[in-house]
Amino acid sequence: MSSRPELQAPPEIFYDDVEARKYTSSSRIIEIQAQLSGRALELLALPDDGVPRLLLDIGCGSGLSGETLSESGHQWIGLDISHSMLDVALEREVEGDLLLGDMGQGLGIRPGVIDGAISISAVQWLCNADKSSHEPRLRLKAFFGSLYRCLARGARAVFQVYPENLAQRELILGFAMRAGFAGGVVIDFPHSTKRRKEYLVLTCGPPSVNTAVPKGKGEDGESCSDDESSEDEENRMVCISDRRRPRKLQKITKKGKGREWILKKKEQMRRKGNVVPPDTKYTARKRKSRF
Amino acid sequence: MRLLTHNMLSSNIKGVTSGFPLRLEVEKVVEKQVDFNADFLNNMFVKIEWKALVDASRAMGYADLPDQTEPSMLDSDEFLKKFHHALLELHLEEGALICPETGRRFPVNKGIPNMLLHEDEV
Repeated sequence: MSSRPELQAPPEIFYDDVEARKYTSSSRIIEIQAQLSGRALELLALPDDGVPRLLLDIGCGSGLSGETLSESGHQWIGLDISHSMLDVALEREVEGDLLLGDMGQGLGIRPGVIDGAISISAVQWLCNADKSSHEPRLRLKAFFGSLYRCLARGARAVFQVYPENLAQRELILGFAMRAGFAGGVVIDFPHSTKRRKEYLVLTCGPPSVNTAVPKGKGEDGESCSDDESSEDEENRMVCISDRRRPRKLQKITKKGKGREWILKKKEQMRRKGNVVPPDTKYTARKRKSRF
Repeated sequence: MRLLTHNMLSSNIKGVTSGFPLRLEVEKVVEKQVDFNADFLNNMFVKIEWKALVDASRAMGYADLPDQTEPSMLDSDEFLKKFHHALLELHLEEGALICPETGRRFPVNKGIPNMLLHEDEV
C-alpha cells in the first residue's frame, strides 16, 4: 500500500471524520504544517508595511495553515473539498472564512481582488482523476486560469507540493505557465530526502525584476546536483553557453570514470574489509583498441 | 461567512457570464467581534463592489451603510466603523447564495457555503 494519500482515495473521501480528526490532533503534523505555511508566507513576499492583506488558502483543511496567516494579522478565505476537515476547522474556531469547493472546478472569485494565495500540500491532488468526469489537464487548467484571474496584479501564489515524480511537477508547472504565471520551483534542502520541500512560487503578471524566484534554504553553493539543474530549467533561466555547445562537445564530458574514481572506490571497499586487488600501474589503464 | 467573502464570490457555473453578486437568502445571522484595523479597510475599499455590499448588508438586516461612497469618506471614523461592521462582523450562518443568472442555490450551513458544482455545471 502506498503511503501517498492521493493514491488511496479522493480527498473528500480520504479525509473523512476519523482521518480529519487524526490529522488535526497529531502534534507532529501541526508543527510541520505551521512550518510549511510560515515558509510559504515568507515566499509570498508581501510588502512589509504591516497592512493586513486578503489571502486565499487553497486546500485549507482544518485551518492549520490559516492559523499562521491569522497570526501574521492577515484576513484569509479558505477553500477545501472535505466537509469533515472544514467541520474540524469550525470547531477550532479559525478566523478566516471557509468555503466548501473543488479547486479543480475553478475558484469562483471575482477578478483582481486577492493579494496572495498559498496552498499547503494540496495541488498534487489535482493530478488524479477520481471520477470518470475528471480530466486532470482540464482541472489544472481551470484551477490555474481562475487563480490567475482572481489575483491582483503582481500578487504571488505559493504552493507547497509533493509531486510524485518529475513528470507530475512538469505538468503542474506547465499549466501554471500556460495560465500566464511567471516563476518557478524553490526547493528547500534539496540534498535531504526528509527535509526536502518543494514550493511553486508563481507571480501574476509579466516577468520583471520582482518575479525572480527566491533561493531555497539549505542549498550548497557550488554542488551541481540534478535537482538544481532541473530547477534552473524551470526557472526559465537557460544557460546560453550550454545551449550553444555542439553535440559532439557535450558527449566528451560523458566519458567513463577515470583512474581517480576507481582508486577512490577501491579504497572504500578496502575500508569495508573486502578483498581488493592492489593498486598498480595497470589499474584503470585503458586497453589497447585491438584487444 | 462574512460579507467580505460574499463580495469576492461569484457563480462559477459553466456558461454564466455575470455571476456576481450572488443573492443572499438569509435564515440566521451571527455577529462576531473582530479587531478594527483601518489600514485593512483602506486597502480593501478599492476592491469592494460597494453596491453589492450595501445590498447584502441590507439583506442581513444592517441598513446603516450609505448608498453612495467616495474615497474622502475613508477619513471619517464613523464611516469606517460601519464599513468594518458590515464587512467583517456580520456572518451568514444559515441560508443560501443564489446565482443571479441561473437561480442555482448554493446552501450555506454552519457558515460554510457549499460551492461544489454538479458534473454538468463544470
